[in-house]
Amino acid sequence: MIATAKPDLVTVNIDGKEIAVPKGTNVIEAARLVNVDVPHYCYHPKLTIVGNCRMCLIEMGMPAVDPATKAPIMDPATGKQKINWIPRPQIGCGTNVSPGLHVRTTTPMVKDAREGVMEFLLINHPLDCPICDQAGECKLQEQATGYGRGYSRFIEDKNVKPKRTQLGPRVTLDDERCILCSRCIRFSKEIAKDDVLGFVDRGSYSTLTCFPGKKLENNYSLNTVDICPVGALTSTDFRFKMRVWFLKQTNAIDTESSVGANTVVWSREGTIYRITPRRNDEVNDTWMADSGRVLFKAVQAPDRLSAVKINGTDSAFDIAINAAAELFKANAGAVAVVGSGRSTVEEQFLTKQLATALKASTHLVSRVGEGDKLLVSADRNPNVRGALVTGLISTLPGVKLVDLGAQIDAGKVKVVVTVGEDLAAAGLNAGQLAKISLIVLGTHAKSMDGGAKVVIPTLTAFEKSGTFVNQQFRIQKFLKAVPPMAGATDDLIVLAKLVGAAGGATIPTEVNALWKTIAAAVPALATTTFANLPETGQLLDATPFSALPFVEGETLHYKPAQPVVAAANA
Amino acid sequence: MNLKAETLSKIDEVITHYPVKRSATLPLLHLIQEDIGHLPADTSEWVAAKLELEPINVLEVITFYPMFRQKPIGRRHIKVCRTLSCALVGGYKTCATFEAEFKTHLGEVSPDGEVTVDFVECLASCGTAPVVLIDDELHEKVDVAKAKQLSDQIKAEAKKR
Repeated sequence: MIATAKPDLVTVNIDGKEIAVPKGTNVIEAARLVNVDVPHYCYHPKLTIVGNCRMCLIEMGMPAVDPATKAPIMDPATGKQKINWIPRPQIGCGTNVSPGLHVRTTTPMVKDAREGVMEFLLINHPLDCPICDQAGECKLQEQATGYGRGYSRFIEDKNVKPKRTQLGPRVTLDDERCILCSRCIRFSKEIAKDDVLGFVDRGSYSTLTCFPGKKLENNYSLNTVDICPVGALTSTDFRFKMRVWFLKQTNAIDTESSVGANTVVWSREGTIYRITPRRNDEVNDTWMADSGRVLFKAVQAPDRLSAVKINGTDSAFDIAINAAAELFKANAGAVAVVGSGRSTVEEQFLTKQLATALKASTHLVSRVGEGDKLLVSADRNPNVRGALVTGLISTLPGVKLVDLGAQIDAGKVKVVVTVGEDLAAAGLNAGQLAKISLIVLGTHAKSMDGGAKVVIPTLTAFEKSGTFVNQQFRIQKFLKAVPPMAGATDDLIVLAKLVGAAGGATIPTEVNALWKTIAAAVPALATTTFANLPETGQLLDATPFSALPFVEGETLHYKPAQPVVAAANA
Repeated sequence: MNLKAETLSKIDEVITHYPVKRSATLPLLHLIQEDIGHLPADTSEWVAAKLELEPINVLEVITFYPMFRQKPIGRRHIKVCRTLSCALVGGYKTCATFEAEFKTHLGEVSPDGEVTVDFVECLASCGTAPVVLIDDELHEKVDVAKAKQLSDQIKAEAKKR
């Protein structure tokens, strides 16, 4: 007999292995904990359970007790309590654990059930895996390998349904491939709160449809593509572009806002093809916004900067650094540094070092939009808190660079170093820009570049490794997905060289080595190293900054009113 | 939606019968179909607004049930049984007779606007097969001759109008 281990834990037996799981866990999740795979289509851990695909059928039993005395009935053959097995299979997703529950997933009955379900699912499924985008990451394909017959007994004509419905601007639907799991319908209703999808007609004519005249066009529509277990919902952008098994996956962070949604960047031979969300139950669950999925297009944008320029003419990197050094020397004490909330923590640390070496004032450009209460927050800078933690700034950035403008007007600032920020867009007028010598580090061409003394091309977030501190003060790392573009230099190298040009100490420019310096200099990051940062990030102590009026409203897993608890998150 | 005042009051009344408004979806659709004869295109939106649902939720229900009609039908609805007992004793011929008499096809409105002929599943009167339901009236043992007679009767009544 199995005793309950703890009040809120329930001990269950899955394929002979006993495990204590929290109350309310369903059989699929419990089985996952003992490395038993229960195949499923409609079940998704972040959506409600409907139990309509029937793929997760398992055999289930409870320990036998005497009906009258409630005394356990022992099995003389084994000496253990007898198990009363239910003679019919049960669905794993809809079955919550109860004390003593026994589950078998390897019996002939379970295998029969799975094979039967697979045969029905494949009856009307087109055999177009060779041209299907989902091939390689298709649950139906995977389960067909385990439970399919290999040939079809269905000699009738397959159903014909619409093959390329545009459900919205970013999602294309192939209804023939749909297995009617309803994940997309539930996602639209429960997470995106935009209930436009549904099944019309019935039986084998059931068809996934958007209500006539409406579109699946909310900013989370592409999550339906991610959770579609088959190739029915496909991304219009990624459709027919690349086989998924050729793509390299790199863990990254969504840079569009301070939410810091965890992502995977899929690339091949230096070209990025798509961005998908990565599960982090503390930040973004398994979702991300559509707007964050197109950011990679900036990597190969036609306006990428690719040549070092001095006074508008092509030059070389070392000459540019020397030119900067001369500007620093000639205008000692009259230099300002504009850092960026889009820079990584490492770059902000170096920006701070540069400002210290130059005795320069530091500024940050604010980007405030409207939060959508889900995964795009009001602060569109991914890393303002990184600038706070590294000491680059001590107060939140103002709406425009008013202070800097005033200093320029007063003649106190003659040289401005801008790290990736467009000063014209950030509030400096043409007159102010004309008064200063500008040193620009940037990825893309901007209107102010023409008048700049020195322009050094740098890298996008996809071409370098680093860390961001999100709105929860969670430091999260991302890795280099593609090689840097020719002509562009790593921001860390540029900043370290500029620190040298300003007379500062030599600083390592490789991320892991740099972190030793950062840990030594920044008390909040004293125990952190880049290599040992967990995949799910690490919460930093937010209390020193609790008085600051952060702009974010409530989003998924973030409530602004309550101070963030700096719990150890190993 | 152009509903009679009587239907509207029935709709408001029937909503109160259920603990949640959503449950009134089916009764509302029935009331609208009784009133108009079919469910016009804007039914989903109208019912959804009435029951605080999304239109797609109502459209799912409308398309699920074959007895909800999304297109107008003729003045009379002739439903011929196609299930086994009736099929064995000539239900198909009966159906073909009605089609020929009114020069129409299954599911369509006849050219004179008088009838719509449908071939439906069991009408639960197998002992008197083949059976035909004309609006709410059951006609038993409808062979070809009786089908012709019923057709003539309908045509005669149409002429009187």
